[in-house]
Amino acid sequence: MTPGNGEDAGAIRVEGLTKRFRSFTAVDNVTLLVRRGEVLGLLGPNGAGKSTLIRMLCGIMRPTAGCVHVAGINVVEHAEAVRQHLGYVSQKFSLYDDLTAAENLRLFGGLYGLGGQALVARVQWALAISGLDGKGDVLTRDLGGGLRRRLALGCAMLHRPPILILDEPTSGIDPMLRRQFWELIHQFAAEGVTALVSTHYLDEADYCNRLALMSAGRLVALGTPHELRYAAARGDLVRVECDAPVRAAEMLKAVPGVHDVAIFGNALHVSITNMEPEAALRASLEARGIACMSIEAIEPSLEDVFAQRLGSDSREEPAD
Amino acid sequence: MLRRVFRLLVKELLQIRRDRFALIGLCAFPIMELLIYAYAASFEVRNVTMAVLDRDHSQESREFLSHLVASGRFKITVIARDPGDIVRSIDSSNVGAALQINAGFAELLQKGRNAPVQVIFDGTDSNTALIARGYIEEIVAGLAGDRLRNRLNHLAPRLTPLLPEVRLAQRPWYNRDLRSRWFFVPGVIGAIALVEVLCLGPVLVVRERESGTLEQLIVTPLRPIEMLLGKAAPIFLIGLINVFLLVAIAIAWFRLPFSGSVSALLAGTVLFLFSTLGISLLLSTSSSTIQQAFAMGFFFVIPALALSGLIFPIASMPVALQWLTYVDPLRYFLVVLRDTFLKGSGIDLLWPQLFAMGLLSVVLFSASALAFRKSLD
Repeated sequence: MTPGNGEDAGAIRVEGLTKRFRSFTAVDNVTLLVRRGEVLGLLGPNGAGKSTLIRMLCGIMRPTAGCVHVAGINVVEHAEAVRQHLGYVSQKFSLYDDLTAAENLRLFGGLYGLGGQALVARVQWALAISGLDGKGDVLTRDLGGGLRRRLALGCAMLHRPPILILDEPTSGIDPMLRRQFWELIHQFAAEGVTALVSTHYLDEADYCNRLALMSAGRLVALGTPHELRYAAARGDLVRVECDAPVRAAEMLKAVPGVHDVAIFGNALHVSITNMEPEAALRASLEARGIACMSIEAIEPSLEDVFAQRLGSDSREEPAD
Repeated sequence: MLRRVFRLLVKELLQIRRDRFALIGLCAFPIMELLIYAYAASFEVRNVTMAVLDRDHSQESREFLSHLVASGRFKITVIARDPGDIVRSIDSSNVGAALQINAGFAELLQKGRNAPVQVIFDGTDSNTALIARGYIEEIVAGLAGDRLRNRLNHLAPRLTPLLPEVRLAQRPWYNRDLRSRWFFVPGVIGAIALVEVLCLGPVLVVRERESGTLEQLIVTPLRPIEMLLGKAAPIFLIGLINVFLLVAIAIAWFRLPFSGSVSALLAGTVLFLFSTLGISLLLSTSSSTIQQAFAMGFFFVIPALALSGLIFPIASMPVALQWLTYVDPLRYFLVVLRDTFLKGSGIDLLWPQLFAMGLLSVVLFSASALAFRKSLD
């Protein structure tokens, strides 16, 4: 099985992908195309089905329905053929703790069919990009969290796969190291690698070319961060600071012209259309005896998009 | 394919080398187990403690008792004064047997009549009781025969040569002194190898599943069968080294004769390790935690040892259980071990055992490969 030609060769194509575990649907009819050289961020809360989707893309898990083409290869039918074209870093750190960094790299390089001088060169390369130059003999268990993650990434890229799939690769490491990690991913993307990266850090969303937002197993939004911010939010967004925000949120939802209310800390983000917010909102709140400190128009953030998309989704189909 | 299996084998050996506990455990535990079993396990019964109530106090009764003691099988520890003493000694497990000689024992003997002696055993330990009874019967029969001949000699000396007698000419082959250690040690080597292989499978396979590294292996081009072989190879090597280490100890330390063919033993060991590896991998691939694999392994090991003929003779088992012994690889390996050690057998005689283990290996390995493939979905 050789990879397909043209546009498909470096891409991930997902059609109607579904995974059911008995009565629970973990991934529900997801259709998605990741283009060659693109960095696609897969966002969603825990339990949204991101990991299940990723495991099906890698051929670790068989889908209940639908099909997946990775690098032009049908993963469902040829799970083994696709592996040579795929680099995968799982959510859980999964290199051997009791082997050194270089031993891990040699093992996986060897399993991907590298040998001799080619293997030596790639191991050197992976150590260099992981920031482990000259530290190949350090036991993996003695490396810090950030270095281990980068080593895992280097390990996944040893065999120069055109597709890179990362499942929450940055969870649990500090923001500085996370940024370095994303720089590596973009370096690969610039060389034509297609990357699909899941994360639950919203601040990482801007590192992605496009975002796919998942909730309760379904794809609820897809677009560039910019598109999502502006297309998704209906009307204007205002930030309301008041006391008793929970009670205020409940109350404001009933006000005509208010689409959505989300609580952020001790403030409310309210999306509205066709109204003078200052007058209408303040009046409604104070009529109920809730003191209103400030009301200001704001730019929608991804968190707002998130809250709105996930909120509207759960309203249409209550979670069980 | 072989290169990938080799990569995995190298990795396993590196991990074992780094684990100091594993290194010690893999060498020291089997040797310790062999020593314990070789010294502790014996069918021979010696020094059975005995209570004696002698109400005759005659030369004859004393002579009978001294024969018992001289045999080395019995040790008189309680001199009872009345039957109550005997009951108490047995009840309190102070003695394993009790003997009562009634008054008039000598008189009956002198009159040429039957002189009864009562012996009571603690049947809790039925095996010891059974063997001790055999010893007493032998001693009594010997005494009775002597007495008969003496009497006849005394009354009618010319008849003595005519006295018919059945004499048993004992010639135990292969183990002239019928030492139970010679029987036991080769068997224990097989049992230790079985337990070791069953423990290592879960350690090597389930550990990867638990730590998440299995998932990373699955996304490489490594095929399930290669992964299975890569796991089996180090266990096989360790098993092989251990069996031959224990064989060397049996010969050098316990002075067992090894008169058979080394190639038959080698072939038997290889096939036995293959078939137990099949079981071990089957257990590991169908378990999601090490505890689960060990629990299942435990439930397998006990019957596997019981049905192997290690301790209980297969011929005395009910027919249904005898059939079950045919799927126990240890059953065949024990024959190979004992026969190469003691009988000096070669492949020409042992091929049925080798063939059976080969067949089991193929079936069990295929089953574990299927189970492994299934467990990945």
